[in-house]
Amino acid sequence: MKSDPPLALGSFDSASEEWLKSLTGGEREEAVGRLHQLLVCAARREIHRRSTGVRVTGPELDDLAFQAAGDALVSVLAKLQQFRGESRFTTWAYKFVMFEVSTKLARHFWRRSDMPSQPVDWGRLADRFGIQPDEQSEGRDLLEALVRALDETLTDRQRQVFVAIVVNGVPLDALLEEMGGTRGAIYKMLFDARRKLRSALVDGGYLTPEHEGT
Amino acid sequence: MTGSEALERFLHTDPGDVGCDEAMAVLHIFAELVAAGADTKPEYRGVAAHLRACGPCGDDFDGLLAAITNEHP
Ligand SMILES: [Zn+2]
Repeated sequence: MKSDPPLALGSFDSASEEWLKSLTGGEREEAVGRLHQLLVCAARREIHRRSTGVRVTGPELDDLAFQAAGDALVSVLAKLQQFRGESRFTTWAYKFVMFEVSTKLARHFWRRSDMPSQPVDWGRLADRFGIQPDEQSEGRDLLEALVRALDETLTDRQRQVFVAIVVNGVPLDALLEEMGGTRGAIYKMLFDARRKLRSALVDGGYLTPEHEGT
Repeated sequence: MTGSEALERFLHTDPGDVGCDEAMAVLHIFAELVAAGADTKPEYRGVAAHLRACGPCGDDFDGLLAAITNEHP
């Protein structure tokens, strides 16, 4: 870990500088309270904005908003030295709210859903992309080739991630709660799975590449 | 769009995609650039590519953009 240089006041916009001064000075307690309120508002609006997928309302929404804002506040205060003034202070602080809302909603997902059981329902994969797997059709060939490529070209972990997210519709962050690791690591597995599947399907003549490159 | 086009579009990966960690590290900077209509800087092309392809980072970004553009007084 790099050690952080002390806060260099004066390189920030005036509102951000005001926040930093008050959060590190004599009026700290009052400023922390004000920041907390701001983060709670942001968390509440964000959960509301996202709740088309996972319906969260009333006391449950308030509860999640308070938890997300509280955890975001802890991160902001712990990382105050890392704020570089590259954005307004509040924008930087809201970023932690977004991360915490994602985490809380991912946990919430498993309170409403179970991990889908085996075997994999390949019909859902066809539906996901509007493939028509009728008898003797191109759609059927494509779906069969895709399922084959899933078996033959992916590692177990890549297949597990692809099936959970793409076939079963499990949000990536919710899968992260189950599998552990980082969002970036799971995304990378999905990214590699997409790249390998596309390459196999293009090579087999099942897909026409629309883009240059991979 | 046919099924195969939709599938091709989903499976296509952008080699410039910077991944979650890098995108999350600059999310606050990129959000302010986009809010100010100045998101075309070439150094953020890989971040933009990531946010288009990654559901959760895209969600975090949309939320952050909403938070800074609809800020209550
Ligand atoms: Zn991401």
